[in-house]
Amino acid sequence: MLKYTIQRLFSLIPILLVVAVIVFLLAHMTPGDPVTVLLGDEASEEAKAELRHELGFDLPVYTQFVNWFTGVVTGDLGMSFFLKKPVTEVFADYLGPTISLAIYAQIIAIVISLFLGVIAAKKRGTFTDQTVMGFSLLGISVPSFLVGLFLILLFAVQLQWFPVAGYRPLSEGLWEHLRYLTLPAIALGMMQAGLITRMTRSSMLDVMKSNYIKTAKSKGLHQNRITYKHALRNSFIPILTVIGESFGTLITGAAVVETVFNIPGIGQLIVNSIERRDFTVIQGTVLLITVTYVLLNLTVDLLYGVVDPRVRLNRKK
Amino acid sequence: MKSEAEVKTNYRVKKQKSIARIFSNHMLLTGLVIIVIMAIISVLAPFIAPYDPYAIDPLNRLKPPSVEHFFGTDDFGRDLFSRVIYGTRISFFIGAVVAILAGVIGLIVGLISAYYSILDHILMRIVDGIYAFPSILLALAIVAVRGPDVVNVLIALVIVYIPSIARVVRSAALVVKEQTFVEALNAQGASKWRVLVIHTIPNLLSPLIIQVTFVFAVAIITEAALSFLGAGIPAPSPSLGNILFDGKNVIYHSWWMTVFPGSFIILLVLGLNLAGDGLRDLLDPKIVNAKRKKSRLIKTGKKVGRHGQQ
Repeated sequence: MLKYTIQRLFSLIPILLVVAVIVFLLAHMTPGDPVTVLLGDEASEEAKAELRHELGFDLPVYTQFVNWFTGVVTGDLGMSFFLKKPVTEVFADYLGPTISLAIYAQIIAIVISLFLGVIAAKKRGTFTDQTVMGFSLLGISVPSFLVGLFLILLFAVQLQWFPVAGYRPLSEGLWEHLRYLTLPAIALGMMQAGLITRMTRSSMLDVMKSNYIKTAKSKGLHQNRITYKHALRNSFIPILTVIGESFGTLITGAAVVETVFNIPGIGQLIVNSIERRDFTVIQGTVLLITVTYVLLNLTVDLLYGVVDPRVRLNRKK
Repeated sequence: MKSEAEVKTNYRVKKQKSIARIFSNHMLLTGLVIIVIMAIISVLAPFIAPYDPYAIDPLNRLKPPSVEHFFGTDDFGRDLFSRVIYGTRISFFIGAVVAILAGVIGLIVGLISAYYSILDHILMRIVDGIYAFPSILLALAIVAVRGPDVVNVLIALVIVYIPSIARVVRSAALVVKEQTFVEALNAQGASKWRVLVIHTIPNLLSPLIIQVTFVFAVAIITEAALSFLGAGIPAPSPSLGNILFDGKNVIYHSWWMTVFPGSFIILLVLGLNLAGDGLRDLLDPKIVNAKRKKSRLIKTGKKVGRHGQQ
């Protein structure tokens, strides 16, 4: 297992290198002179030259890359022009709400979809099944920011059960925190719910055909015990794959949903930085999220071995 | 020996059967109908839209839907129905162009990777690198840096969606390459190009078309999201995403600004997803086996590629 883990970590190196190069190139994709873009057309030549020197834009490109990359490896992502703070610090300031939202959304998605997926599998081919599958297709098709807008219209404007937008940190009490995060979390979790429902249903159907379920039935076990204890548990690995893969997308999806609900998270930071043309923040944020995303996927991959001993055995061969 | 007429009838029967299959495939049919309607709306937008989508009318700001204005008016008094129609046109256009460009470039990159092992290593590392980014984030960053306009949105989306197509093409091409009929062709002395163009590419078409349909759908969603975040189609051009962006500010009293453009996005994407799923069932009879194989692979812990969806 350890050998495999190390192997997988090494295989990430070329991918992360390419990611770093792309993120670095982003700053050089500005049409025209980035310094003029930052300072505006009226800036004097001296001011431009000074900023160019400060940013290292007067050096050859590969030296710039080496300098930038050494910084990145040692945890220095540069300074934000606008906020005059290190990018890592800015990122940390905005991270809390995003993580909170992503976790809450994931929990909602799992609860809804396991429930619906199991029902759909049990009532295969019936009207209930079709309704559930239709719901999951809708969940997959509708982009999360749109779900968010519709939820606001229905539950905040019409019914007034939840606040329209805004955010309260956990320090103001769990109830307030959750009240403000519920609509965003549902909006964000819908797509995940759709995907996991589909996977739960198909995976349950696969397992239900197997011999040990027949044995359990002929032993006279109660239907619920068979469904929840034997079938659901054994169909968990494909479900876990989808959950794992989708958690990464939740973090980025959160960025979009946050804008809908004015939540001060990473998404808000990105959108604000775009308006302020604060490129170092955009670069740093994109890099940090992507690395998190890659590492999350790896963790999920490695977790299979822990959940399912068969995976470990297969790898040894 | 069969007579020529018999062969012809057989052919006709086969053709009828495949048409019947399309009609019996409800998902595909529904999807296609929606796509065709949306395509007609996009092409005929200037004739369908009752008003100029840019014409400002300050006296009629934020009027609810009525007989004069089917979908009401927006915060500048512009006719929302006309703007949604033109927005659909832009979204459809962007989705289609991205699907075609990413499809062609992805096909070329995938084929090169499958046939030249030296380039394969380099290309696939780049493809993996781009694929590692959450797609909407990379697109957002590219547009943010280059400035929001239609061309930059197109560039960003094409870059972001090439990898998913290149990967599918590459893996399909690697399978075709090893098949007996290719070996036979090589043994007969068929030229490399002949094998590639006449015999290999047709065999890659069905996975390619399916993937392209999904890219079409995802590109529309991503464009809408980008415009909604203010990094897509710039105002005053109407796009479904930026109408929603304007609608968000007035969501408290003007529901029509959200409901109508939103419903058009849902219809578009639902149509494309239905068509994509339907096509997959239609074009690939192996899919049933493949699905089983996929779950078996997951059970044995091998990583299975994600397809299409973000």
